[in-house]
Amino acid sequence: MLDLPLLIGQVFNGFSVASLVVLAALGLALSFGLMRVINMAHGEMLMLGGYLAYLTFLVVPGPLALLVAMPVAFVGAAAVGAVIEVSVIHRLSSRPLDTLLATWGTSLILQQGARDVFGPIGVSVTAPDWLNHSFAIASGPLAGLSLPATRLFILLVAVVVLAALGLFIAKSRIGLLVRAVNQDRMMAAASGINVRQVDLAVFCLGSGIAGLAGVVLALLGPVTPSVGQSYIVPAFLVVILGGLGSMVGTTIAALILGLVSALSQIFLDVSMSQVLVLVFVIVFLQFRPQGVIAVRSRALEE
Amino acid sequence: MKQATGLLTGALLATAAFSVGAHAEGTVKVGVLQSLSGTMAISEVTVKNAEMMAIDEINAAGGVMGKKIVPVVEDGASDPAIFAQKATKLIQDDKVATVFGGWTSASRKAMLPVFQRTKNLLWYPVQFEGNECSPNIMYSGAQPNQQIVPSLKWAEKAGYKKYFLIGSDYVFPRTANLILKKHIAKDGLKTVGEQYVPLGGTDFSAVIAKIQAAKPDIIFNTLNGDSNVSFFKQMAAAGMSPEKLPVMSFSIGEQEAQAMGTKLVQDSFAGWNYFESLPGAANKKFVADYQAKFGKNAAITDPMVHGYLDVYAWKAAVEKAKSFNPDKVRAAAVGLKIASPMGDVHFAQNQSLVQTAYVGKLQPDGQFKIEWKSDGAIQPDPYDPVAFPNKSCKLH
Repeated sequence: MLDLPLLIGQVFNGFSVASLVVLAALGLALSFGLMRVINMAHGEMLMLGGYLAYLTFLVVPGPLALLVAMPVAFVGAAAVGAVIEVSVIHRLSSRPLDTLLATWGTSLILQQGARDVFGPIGVSVTAPDWLNHSFAIASGPLAGLSLPATRLFILLVAVVVLAALGLFIAKSRIGLLVRAVNQDRMMAAASGINVRQVDLAVFCLGSGIAGLAGVVLALLGPVTPSVGQSYIVPAFLVVILGGLGSMVGTTIAALILGLVSALSQIFLDVSMSQVLVLVFVIVFLQFRPQGVIAVRSRALEE
Repeated sequence: MKQATGLLTGALLATAAFSVGAHAEGTVKVGVLQSLSGTMAISEVTVKNAEMMAIDEINAAGGVMGKKIVPVVEDGASDPAIFAQKATKLIQDDKVATVFGGWTSASRKAMLPVFQRTKNLLWYPVQFEGNECSPNIMYSGAQPNQQIVPSLKWAEKAGYKKYFLIGSDYVFPRTANLILKKHIAKDGLKTVGEQYVPLGGTDFSAVIAKIQAAKPDIIFNTLNGDSNVSFFKQMAAAGMSPEKLPVMSFSIGEQEAQAMGTKLVQDSFAGWNYFESLPGAANKKFVADYQAKFGKNAAITDPMVHGYLDVYAWKAAVEKAKSFNPDKVRAAAVGLKIASPMGDVHFAQNQSLVQTAYVGKLQPDGQFKIEWKSDGAIQPDPYDPVAFPNKSCKLH
């Protein structure tokens, strides 16, 4: 018989994994949707966020370090994102394959930079005490179920970021410009929108969100120069599965992947469940190559 | 430099330059091959440091047979394929006399064919799963009967009845757990779960849910590298710190504990053949020398000491054999007494080290308190009699 607390625990874990992946993937989805750029250095924005969190925890000890670290990592990663956009991506804007290689090179440079500055051995961030407990259910049919506060916090961060981003795109003036450029770059430019600035803003935003993801990652694991590498593949996976460039699609895809992975792990090893996830994505794309949500955009149709 | 000249003056001269490379001008090249990047860097960077320190010490005292040792350091990058590639490069291009290195069994298995083909010799510093017997490797790390099995017997005596096995998904944890399971079953106890996570994996949510459902008395942990950080962090977040649910680890030493933050792994157990806290003048001197070189807070671990003593064992064997030839060196190494921070040790007929097993418990100061020690040094046995009956290893 299937253990009910284990099942519910795994559904929760699925949401938890999804919340991490969605934070890592949003930036990719944004920049791909808008600029058709495959940014291989996106994982390094996570890494950067993690190291910025580590530094913040050194400078600002105490229970509020985490809350300080989040804006610091957001701004820091966004700033580095801006440098990459201006110096590399913009200059190769109409050459997708070259961007792929150039951003991969940037990723290697950033990894080696972190290795030289912080050493090859990872650094560790200790979760503040107010996150260091779990909500355990001691009796009833769900006895044995326990929800760690850290994971609830990460879930909360993901929900807040998604809501804020959704509002930002739907309601703000910059959001309007982003939607316009997304729908038709040429027309938007012709009607006087500074497409260049919109690109830069969106890229910074995406990098900043990845920086935030780096902070919450640091609560669960070590921060190492190569930490971004273990999240970039799942992030690309959900961007593709979600329908290239769609935020809603990316979110749904992250949930699907998180749940498939977590639920299959009730019966399977982690390695086997990863195989299953990839097989699932391949089969899914066979029947629905456009992904969960098909984006109608002239940028993607050309 | 030599290589550059060789390229300039043509292939013929280059070949000539390489062929004398190993012994020219009163020097001898050796390879040092550890992961300086990737998930295993947390463990292997310091092993490289210890190996380099031994080389420096030997050079300062006059070298090996009057020749200065020139180390060629390569980064295996936590990737078995790169280990094999770098080992080939060290032996064929750099013409090293021998190689010190490796950590994961996956890296050793990948390098093994290279060493057999080139008839070179690898000095391997880490405890492993046994079930291997190659003339081209000196196995200085513990065999299963010198680490994991004694640690299990200790846990059984301590009254733990239900065991949960967790490991990285590669040959060492899989084989080690196979051996553990057979012993646990034979001794009438229960394995309540067995889980693997890919090397470098960071998500333990499902594993932790299964641990909560299985309710073990103790966890036997063969995770390697910085996955351990994620595991202990997520265990602590789920309210199962080592203080509440005991964990016995086989790849966490003083260095890993320090890098992870001692608070996170405090009170967990570890099985090794060396702890920094061991008594003895030789150990005190080694610790003091290392810390003088790498900082007063530098932690010392079992594989570091094995890497260090491997260099001295090679030196002693070369001088006994009066040759750098790997076959003569390995023959000379067997039975040769080597002074080390662990005391005097020697290699047995199967090219594995005879050594004592310890179980330690991690204290808040980052040192292990010795909980148990085996009754004298244990003869190494690559083939566990319960898991692999009727197999034996004879190399000399």
